[in-house]
Amino acid sequence: MNPAVMTAPNETLVYARPQSLADCYTHYCPGCTHGTAHRLVAEVLDELGLRERTILVASVGCSVFAYNYFNVDACEAPHGRAPAMATGIKRVNPNNIVFTYQGDGDLASIGMGEVIHAAARGENITIIFLNNATYGMTGGQMAPTTLPGQKTSSSPQGRDVAMTGYPLHMAELLGSLPGTAYSVRRSLHDARHVIQAKKAIRTAFEVQMANKGFSVVELLSSCPTNWGMTPEQSLTWIKEQMVPVYPLGDFKV
Amino acid sequence: MSKKLMKGNVAIAEASVRAGCEAYFGYPITPQTELLEYMSERMPELGRVFLQAESEVAAINMVYGAAATGVRVMTSSSSPGISLMQEGFSYIAGSDVPAVIVDVMRGGPGLGNIQPSQGDYNQITKTAGHGDFHPIVLAPASVQEAIDLTVLAFDLAEKYRTLVFVVVDGAIGQMMEPAELPPMRELPSGRPDWALTGAKGREKNVISSLFLGTTELELMNKELQAKLAYIQANNEIRYEEYMTNDADLLLVAFGTAARVAQTAVQHLRQEGLKVGLFRPITLWPFPSRRLTQLTYLADTFLVVEMNAGQMVHDVRAAVHERVPVHFYGRMGGVIPMPEEVEQKVRELMRVVPTEDDVQTHQFPVKPQAAHEFLRM
Repeated sequence: MNPAVMTAPNETLVYARPQSLADCYTHYCPGCTHGTAHRLVAEVLDELGLRERTILVASVGCSVFAYNYFNVDACEAPHGRAPAMATGIKRVNPNNIVFTYQGDGDLASIGMGEVIHAAARGENITIIFLNNATYGMTGGQMAPTTLPGQKTSSSPQGRDVAMTGYPLHMAELLGSLPGTAYSVRRSLHDARHVIQAKKAIRTAFEVQMANKGFSVVELLSSCPTNWGMTPEQSLTWIKEQMVPVYPLGDFKV
Repeated sequence: MSKKLMKGNVAIAEASVRAGCEAYFGYPITPQTELLEYMSERMPELGRVFLQAESEVAAINMVYGAAATGVRVMTSSSSPGISLMQEGFSYIAGSDVPAVIVDVMRGGPGLGNIQPSQGDYNQITKTAGHGDFHPIVLAPASVQEAIDLTVLAFDLAEKYRTLVFVVVDGAIGQMMEPAELPPMRELPSGRPDWALTGAKGREKNVISSLFLGTTELELMNKELQAKLAYIQANNEIRYEEYMTNDADLLLVAFGTAARVAQTAVQHLRQEGLKVGLFRPITLWPFPSRRLTQLTYLADTFLVVEMNAGQMVHDVRAAVHERVPVHFYGRMGGVIPMPEEVEQKVRELMRVVPTEDDVQTHQFPVKPQAAHEFLRM
């Protein structure tokens, strides 16, 4: 155990690092909610006793190094292909718990084909989908989830829907497919919503454990660096700007 | 076991099953579809995995995923589908996992046609994806050899943790020949140490082709190149020679083109022309050294391919301009006839005048050979 978190003789440690979460420095920007999402997934894996039979498929984007943060077997898929890779893993190893961790550029743009078909087949995998309305890793370009009017480095005047279309609602879209067993949207902008997000992540893994089919949790997330905001402002922006466009809710349970 | 009449695609499929293939992921494309169809019935029958993917892109990534867990896994496709899979090939090569790919080549470029071709030679041996790597490439010339090399492909993939291609043209995929299948192998009970199985009682395993530091990535590349050099040096170069002992002219061809060339050799030998055939079986690693040796024997090389001339560049590189290397090829899915190859050989051996000879009023330069030819 890290000496920094060792307890004194008369103290009880009530908030420890989950076993599924590696003890290392983070590469995520200050205020980014990836860290929150990682911790929630790790807590759930611990609580359900899944760490030793879980395989993570990381994707391309800011979370490309997800495999550094989770103490589970892991691989790193080509951009957008994580659901296909997860399919290959799960089909051969039905007793393993297989999940992908993908951002909105990866899942909703280049990986749209792979995720829709994995859901349509009812693949018994779990997808943790972080939607921060931008391509974070490449420096904040317009994503398929970028809000109308939102300024990004590739829509400097704000997203013009007449030219570039409308945001994609992945939780609703995936929830409409018969192969999907569980599809919900949650947010990470405050403590109450974080707790709700964790419950949803837990349910998603329980769905997979019960072999019920495809499960996905969309998490509205912040990107202070590319949004040009402070961490605090970015959480407010999720609440005030993103939630109205991406309503929180259960689209398939 | 006795020989059975089998279609190439089906023979490759059953050979894969017997070699211990535990999962097949693929997408329909002519002229390889029988392979996928056969697997769709055969694999579930044995409790193994068959899945028809939504695209070749998805298929190769399913292969990548399954391969990362240490099982024998394959896909099959044809030229345009192979192009779509290149991203996946590169990731597989970059993360050292074993996989077997079957390419039943068709005519290109573009949608091309569905006739037999060897137009993927460069695509597979040279440019199978971004970055520096070569897959091992096996090129059978008969249904029996397709079976044998498919089994070998799985063994080599596992041995070197690398991509192995079995490359046939549509003719070998579609034709029926009598052939014998190997016995069914038992599936291994465990998985390799490096495989993703869940980090139970051990440190986690990570399979990734991402090495962000330049030093780190250069080191990874050096290791990959060292592995490829080891494969080249480790008796994995395969070829076959036919009547090369006293050959003045050496035909070089693989796959179906080699069958045509072999028939041509038989006919030309009856005419008294000393012609032999060199058939590369591994297209990578390429049998360059043996070809260099053969330049001390034959004074003219003729490469025959079903493309615009792709392997010919490897042959030219191998012979270091010691002898002239000529080319005869047909494209668009046309299989050359032996007569076409024979005519080309006669022209090269100057026993008949070439068009140039006629235009420049030159007589064949080897009168002795011409005399023998005319006497026959």
